[in-house]
Amino acid sequence: MHGLVNRAIQCFVRETYGNDVWQALAAHSDLPAEGFETMFVYDDAITARMLEGLETLLQRPKETVLEDLGTYLVSDPRLDALRRLLRFGGETFLDFVHSMDDLPRRAALAVPDLNLPAVQITEMSDGVVRISCACPQDEAPCGFGHALVGILRTLADDYGALVLLEHDGVFDGKERLSVRILSTEFSTARPFQLSARP
Amino acid sequence: MDGISLMLDGEASDTLLPMHLRLSWDGSIMHAGPTIRKILALEPHRRRRFFDSFEIRRPAGVSDLRALVEDGPRRLQIALRRPPLTTFKGIAVGGTGGSEILLNLSFGISIVEAIRDYDLTSSDFAHTDLAIEMLYLVEAKEVILDEWRSLNTRLAAAKMAAEDQAYTDTLTGLKNRRALDRVLSDLCLQRQPLGLIQLDLDFFKTVNDTFGHAAGDHVLQAAAKTIVAGTRADDTLIRAGGDEFVLILPDLTDIRRLQELAGRLIDALETPIQFGGETCRISGSAGIAVTSGTPALSPDTLLERADRALYASKKSGRGRVTVYADDLPKLGADKL
Repeated sequence: MHGLVNRAIQCFVRETYGNDVWQALAAHSDLPAEGFETMFVYDDAITARMLEGLETLLQRPKETVLEDLGTYLVSDPRLDALRRLLRFGGETFLDFVHSMDDLPRRAALAVPDLNLPAVQITEMSDGVVRISCACPQDEAPCGFGHALVGILRTLADDYGALVLLEHDGVFDGKERLSVRILSTEFSTARPFQLSARP
Repeated sequence: MDGISLMLDGEASDTLLPMHLRLSWDGSIMHAGPTIRKILALEPHRRRRFFDSFEIRRPAGVSDLRALVEDGPRRLQIALRRPPLTTFKGIAVGGTGGSEILLNLSFGISIVEAIRDYDLTSSDFAHTDLAIEMLYLVEAKEVILDEWRSLNTRLAAAKMAAEDQAYTDTLTGLKNRRALDRVLSDLCLQRQPLGLIQLDLDFFKTVNDTFGHAAGDHVLQAAAKTIVAGTRADDTLIRAGGDEFVLILPDLTDIRRLQELAGRLIDALETPIQFGGETCRISGSAGIAVTSGTPALSPDTLLERADRALYASKKSGRGRVTVYADDLPKLGADKL
């Protein structure tokens, strides 16, 4: 698993639950006490251990933790760069959702070793958009879909849209999400300039 | 028939080519796409002349637009005449039997500044344009480069700290034998003049045996402090092991000064050292060797010479300094 992912979880734990919880997690799950390097690639087993450890220490299911992680990734002001990079995917929330099937390739353009799961977008006849993401074939934990729920809910807000979003479960080795856009102009969208610098 | 013969209304042509210009042969701008209008701050109904706003950089010397397209479509480099002097890539085509020129522009590499200069958004580009992907890449590259820079800084610091630790004697804070080999070989390779002093503590074993290892450690630390205080910042001070010290003194080849320095150090070492209510007494024996750099002596030779001189100090009563001389006995099986 790429260091970016592990470090994201590390920072999420530290920011949300405090450094003590992080230290406890590092000790419990045999993680590097000094933390992860964003630019290294680590063994998948480490990420799996980290998530198991979180579940145990926080007494909350992995799915909920992953969703909170997703929310954190796009709402923490220090991670604004990531939120911006995601917003490049679409001018409107619907455009953005449709751009998700490009997500692995967009991510790979920025970080070649970051192998995000393949994502498929299908517009159903009843107006619901179905998002499927493939579970990894190897030891890497399956749960990207839950993080995606957090990301999408927060980004919908960013775009000013009102959506209904559910994780439907795992079918055929793929996580399934359903998105229904109730309104595209529910609230004022957060401004997004193409130029990062003022 | 090949080619496009299609009548496009304003909306269609503006959507397809937001950065196009329709020019008459006399150089008037008949129509400009919405993004060009934004860039030129064009009022909709005022006619502008192409060459008032733009300059054709490549090919050079074009003043007649008709000549531009006479032999087929042309690739151009065009620039705005006034600041920010934005450059564009362009393709100019003439219609078959028409009286107008269609010039389509794009930013090329200037897109990053142009976005800022004109406050452009994704709606200023055709849906088919790669502009947004390009800007995404530029931004992603910056973020990732920042991470790499930060990692490099941390790695460089860690490397220095590790190297430092590898060369340090933890008990005394002086350098260790690894550093001795390194520094001496560097200086000898550079043919630097230097003085070398081998300084062993006398009666250190007695302190250890009488008062214990904690006292011994304390004495070593005190001795190290004494040596540091008596030498210059540029000197390399090494604890080579046990109670053995080596001093490398760059540029100090004056025998008399070296003898005086070593003598002062030994006097200072003879000051009793207090530890846990006990008084520890040591002294020092020293051997001195020098090299002027021409010819440069090898580290082994220098150390051997200083060693022979040190041995002579010990053999003749300790608590003294001996300077190397060729007639000093070579060290053999009877070395203490």
